[in-house]
Amino acid sequence: MDVSQYLEIFIDETKEHLESLNSQVLVLEKDPTNNETINEIFRAAHSLKGMAGTMGYKRMQRLTHDMENVFSEVRSGKMVVSAELVDIVFQCLDALEEYLTCITETADEGTNDNEPIISRLNSMLKGEAEPVKEAAPVVKKEIRSDAPRREDYHAVDLKDFEMHAAREAIGKGMHFYAMTVQIDESCILKSARAFLVFKNIESVGEVIRSEPSVQDIEDEKFDWSFSMFVVSKEPMKAVLDSVLNVSEIKSVVGEEITLSPEEEREKQPEEKPEEKEKQPEEKPIAVVEEKQPEVVKDSAGKPAAGAAAPKQPGGKPVVNRSVRVDIDKLDVLMNLVSELITAKNGIVSVSDSDKEDAAQQIREQVEYLEGITTSLHESVMKVRMVPIESVVSRFPRMVRDLSKKLDKKMELYMTGEDTELDRTVIDEIGDPLMHILRNSADHGIESKEQRLERGKPEAGSIFLDAYQDGNNVVIEVRDDGNGIDVERVREKAIEKGTITKEQANNMDDKAIIDLLFRPSFSTAEKISDVSGRGVGLDVVKTKIEGLGGDIEVRTELGQGSTFIIRLPLTLAIIQALMVTLGDEKYAIPLSTIQTLEDIMVSDIKYVRGKEVINLRDNVIPIIRLREVLDVEKERESENMIVVIIQKGDKQAGLVVDQLIGQQEIVIKSLGKHLNNNKLLSGATILGDGEVALILDVSALL
Amino acid sequence: MEEQKYSLEGEKKLEVTQFIVTKIGNEQYGIQIKYVDNIIRMMKITRVPKAPHYYKGVINLRGEIIPVISLRLKFGLEEIPETKDFRIIIIKTDKSNSVGIIVDSVSEVVSLDEEHVEKTTVDSNDSRMQYIAMIGKYGETLISIVNVESLITEKE
Repeated sequence: MDVSQYLEIFIDETKEHLESLNSQVLVLEKDPTNNETINEIFRAAHSLKGMAGTMGYKRMQRLTHDMENVFSEVRSGKMVVSAELVDIVFQCLDALEEYLTCITETADEGTNDNEPIISRLNSMLKGEAEPVKEAAPVVKKEIRSDAPRREDYHAVDLKDFEMHAAREAIGKGMHFYAMTVQIDESCILKSARAFLVFKNIESVGEVIRSEPSVQDIEDEKFDWSFSMFVVSKEPMKAVLDSVLNVSEIKSVVGEEITLSPEEEREKQPEEKPEEKEKQPEEKPIAVVEEKQPEVVKDSAGKPAAGAAAPKQPGGKPVVNRSVRVDIDKLDVLMNLVSELITAKNGIVSVSDSDKEDAAQQIREQVEYLEGITTSLHESVMKVRMVPIESVVSRFPRMVRDLSKKLDKKMELYMTGEDTELDRTVIDEIGDPLMHILRNSADHGIESKEQRLERGKPEAGSIFLDAYQDGNNVVIEVRDDGNGIDVERVREKAIEKGTITKEQANNMDDKAIIDLLFRPSFSTAEKISDVSGRGVGLDVVKTKIEGLGGDIEVRTELGQGSTFIIRLPLTLAIIQALMVTLGDEKYAIPLSTIQTLEDIMVSDIKYVRGKEVINLRDNVIPIIRLREVLDVEKERESENMIVVIIQKGDKQAGLVVDQLIGQQEIVIKSLGKHLNNNKLLSGATILGDGEVALILDVSALL
Repeated sequence: MEEQKYSLEGEKKLEVTQFIVTKIGNEQYGIQIKYVDNIIRMMKITRVPKAPHYYKGVINLRGEIIPVISLRLKFGLEEIPETKDFRIIIIKTDKSNSVGIIVDSVSEVVSLDEEHVEKTTVDSNDSRMQYIAMIGKYGETLISIVNVESLITEKE
């Protein structure tokens, strides 16, 4: 079977499963008895196994299989979640991630068998699986006497289409169970009972096949037992319980059937009558012990075990970046495109006609067109939006690992994971955020002793909050640690020669903190693994600014610090106010504009030699754009048009000659030759083909 | 054709390179054809404030924003009033990186083989010389061959 077409889906889904596994295991670590989580983990591991198996990734399948076994034990209460177990599971997840990276790059899972992890998993299994085996035979015997061999599901041969349906369901992450239901012989209305059984099963899954057929059962054409093949999302136990809930059901015997592509119509070869059981969790153990040698041989014997997987010879990445799109969003897009075509046709028909009012009609059509393009832009942007969750979901795990590594207690609290950002931003923002989090964990949060001494709770807290603020998305990383010691930064800066003593004395705290964003500046006394190698905040800053955002730090010594990252919602297209300076046109991003003011020249005051205006009790500095941008001076008139801009908590008034109006502009780069121009964030092409420059407001403030 | 005369002269097979010959004042400058993406007439240039003085600004070439350098200013020469012979040569060194160069005029394309090209000795007194890679001899005329890489690379 050629599965290459499913590779992208496989990678996407595996990523999702791994993410959910990571977060679930974190929950489990804190609450080792949370059954829901255990079930969730079991299911995710199971689906992973199924998916890897279908794709022919044997090593990955084997690892997940063993992981699933362990959780199957945990789920049935035969194994306790220990710190050791959590550690191993995390190792598993890391190993799986490695496989995934490998697959993403080469379509092959690589050759790492991760033997140590597997053997640790198995030794855990063996160490605690003993009591299970003792208990097992009792159940088995009882059942075997109850369920005559000839009538149970082993005698049933599944038809091709039934197998196909089962395989499809497994592909969707469902489980495939076979079971034989025994009705109490004293029961009078056995077909009614059987009907209830079917009804209950339908509520948790779907019956693929029953033996005898449903019709025969309804007609009471069966003895005291019947068999079913069921697909369900629920675990085995839930399905069996739903059957047992019907009264006068004597027993139900079932097991999960795993199908691999190779074993087309066969059920598991190691399936033996002795393994029928009431406790579904029992079976996998037997499978481990029997199946393992076989798998080992397999992967060792022929390294290219994943024969079904497409082999990409060049080793180049095989997967394009993709965005999952809500079908509704696509429908909206489709509608808009139809409208666009209608509008175009409208213009065509107007231009063909010789009517006198053609100009007027064209204007109307253009207006219509304008509306459509704006909506089109909006919905395309929406399609590109991805929740920030996909980036931040790995952070809790990271903080947990950091906490172990640094031997500090800390917790990460996140809010606003559903805040959406443009895909390009999402792809880039992960590393800077990780850097800041590491920073908070390493430099921010104090050691346990120190925290207790200061009367803080032993465990430090790191908060990551994301929210939308106008046209920006704000991500705040806050910790309740030590905060930034401004004096130490000052000393350090002098010591390193970054600034002179006089400079240092003249700089306010904010300016000093900004030094942290200079290259190779770290105040950590000892260089640790985690951070403090001198590459850090400067890279973060560059990256964020590259995305059109900015970063700001607020800190209070002893109380903690907050890193505030502001990112534009969308790139590429923005609303802007077009203004003129002399005969040049400039665009000011609308998102930064607060108000437009008409100011009398006589209203200008001077504060420390700088021009300011007093606007509704706000003292706002005035920036004469003509001077800043080297446009020749013009005679002053009595009135000035001032554009009040705001970025963060800073404000300024930009003096311009004239306002042209609001316009939707496409941002284009000035190219790398003029890129170091701080005042400009790019250029745009106006309707008449002329180029207008876009002012970078944050550089002006 | 005249340009073939020089490239095919002699029995040896020599590496032949084609150059676009441009004029600045009375001097001829050659630009290797492999760098040239396009040659366009002068068009409206939008000034970019705070850019190095020899950047005249940016132009819109079919939806692409391209910075434009005045070769005269880059070579430390006086600017002259624009004539209808003025051309912008669009230089493309890699996919995403184009620069326009304003020249007084573009005259022809010549092919020169290795024999007709000489390395220049660097005269540090002339700021122009750092952008000249070689001198080509084309009949009676001398063509200064521009080192495109150094011309469009910004020095700190």
